[in-house]
Amino acid sequence: MRDHYDIAIIGAGPAGMTAATVADKHGASVLLLDEQPEAGGQIYRAVGGQTIKDKNILGPDYYIGHELVSELDGSGVEYINGATVWQVSEDLEIGVSKDGAARLINADQVIIATGAQERPFPVPGWTLPGVMNAGGAQVLLKSSGVAVPDAVFIGTGPLLYMIAYQYLIAGVPIRAILDTTPPGNRLRAMAHLPGALGKLGALRKGQRWIKRLRAEGFPFIKEVEGIKLMGEDAVSGVEYRRRGQSWQIEANTVFLHQGIVPNVNLAMSAGCAHRWNEAQLCWHAKTDTWAESSIPGIAIAGDGGGIGGARAAELLGRIAGYGALHRLGRIDETERNRLAQPFRRAHANEMAIRPFLDAMFRPARQFRIPEDDSTTVCRCEEVSAGKVREAVDLGCLGPNQLKSFSRCGMGPCQGRFCGLTVNEIIADVRGVPAAEINAMRLRPPVKPLMLGELADLDLQPEQTARG
Amino acid sequence: MRRIEREDAVQITIEFEGQPVTAQEGDTVAAALLRAGQWTFRTTAVNGRARGPFCMMGVCFDCLVEIDGLANSQACMTNVQAGMRIKRQQGANDISLGAVADSDEGTAP
Repeated sequence: MRDHYDIAIIGAGPAGMTAATVADKHGASVLLLDEQPEAGGQIYRAVGGQTIKDKNILGPDYYIGHELVSELDGSGVEYINGATVWQVSEDLEIGVSKDGAARLINADQVIIATGAQERPFPVPGWTLPGVMNAGGAQVLLKSSGVAVPDAVFIGTGPLLYMIAYQYLIAGVPIRAILDTTPPGNRLRAMAHLPGALGKLGALRKGQRWIKRLRAEGFPFIKEVEGIKLMGEDAVSGVEYRRRGQSWQIEANTVFLHQGIVPNVNLAMSAGCAHRWNEAQLCWHAKTDTWAESSIPGIAIAGDGGGIGGARAAELLGRIAGYGALHRLGRIDETERNRLAQPFRRAHANEMAIRPFLDAMFRPARQFRIPEDDSTTVCRCEEVSAGKVREAVDLGCLGPNQLKSFSRCGMGPCQGRFCGLTVNEIIADVRGVPAAEINAMRLRPPVKPLMLGELADLDLQPEQTARG
Repeated sequence: MRRIEREDAVQITIEFEGQPVTAQEGDTVAAALLRAGQWTFRTTAVNGRARGPFCMMGVCFDCLVEIDGLANSQACMTNVQAGMRIKRQQGANDISLGAVADSDEGTAP
């Protein structure tokens, strides 16, 4: 790693990889920092490395990622794995740790491509050992070839059905799939169907997975409500309601999923302006047509700037790359526009299906705003939904005040698994739209840093003074 | 737990709570322990409740363990190495006041 690069990119998922290779092709010096051991992001995790033998299990959509990783491997991009970025400042200084040593790097352009994480799914018992996000189950499968027999899958959205289907192909039994998609979603989604017609193949694929799961005898239970995960020191069962009737199933493993949301912590801590997206029920950075944020020189590419999926991220990464090259003065405006045009068209095509998917898999209110006051909202500081409501009743107006009331959002995850829930609970109790509640204020370091790493930073006097 | 056949399979041994655990090179500590049937990685600092891996992608910090003496290590973000010694993390970390006082020995107040 050097002290300075033309372009620094954070995150080696589809958006980060394409932004990096585009910039490299045009002669820019490019640093690509990624926290994981291998490039690919979560979606193409381990695709370039030790993958499982039977390629049918993860399917052709996964192996698309191989091309992107190969393109990166063959480029002049300086790609650093296992590197945790804990700060991006508004003057484009990056704080990064690798192998227990921290350092500061400057770049003329920064592209934040930190992707998505799973939406919090706060139900009683979701903190018990044996309960994992469905995406976590897929990480286990992709990077270690590990699958857990007889798990109960709970939630809504394409990723949940995809993982269940991958289990089916791998021959791993599933105890039940409890689908929480609210029955009213379908009708609302139909209004967006005309826009999605160009991507009918994707919709049919999802339907095919569900059909096959049912045909093979996997219990696929629809219209599930009132989830409660039972157990003391580990999960032992699931309680749920369906059409007014209560049911129980035994389970030692539960996989949860309510869709994915942008991973905003780094962009927010840098000071990039964000907005509440009511269709996707999450925050994302405000960006222009070249993915540039409110801070000049910082672009947000991929799902981190709003959920669009892997292919959309890959295309937006290229567009953001051309935008950064233009700002660097490496290509003129005409060339930038010409180069980006085919990707822009393909990106618009990818995004056309989003309004339909957002409406179809919009999580039920009860799984975003817990009804049961005993439900843990902040996993780190163990703050319940009841405590949050109590604070609002005492006059707490937003998530930042809530920190001093309860420490909610102040643990190591830095609000990643409670921020959205807190926003919606406070909005609900106060009777205002979620967009009117401020997001939790985030500050660097956005990932834990050892005191020794900070102490060993070789700071210049003016950097120390700026603090 | 089921292991789907991988293209390579170099077996190594790590240690969890003093017991040997077989892992495969390239596994994260979290994946290796889960394969061995271990789901409880720590107890919480606030209420002492059991926790295990949840997100598997470095976001939730629920899989914190002690790895070769280093507490608060993310099991899902650390790859296994032969001989690695892993322990559950119990409750909040103790900062022994005695140790702090000892290290101050010899310095003027």
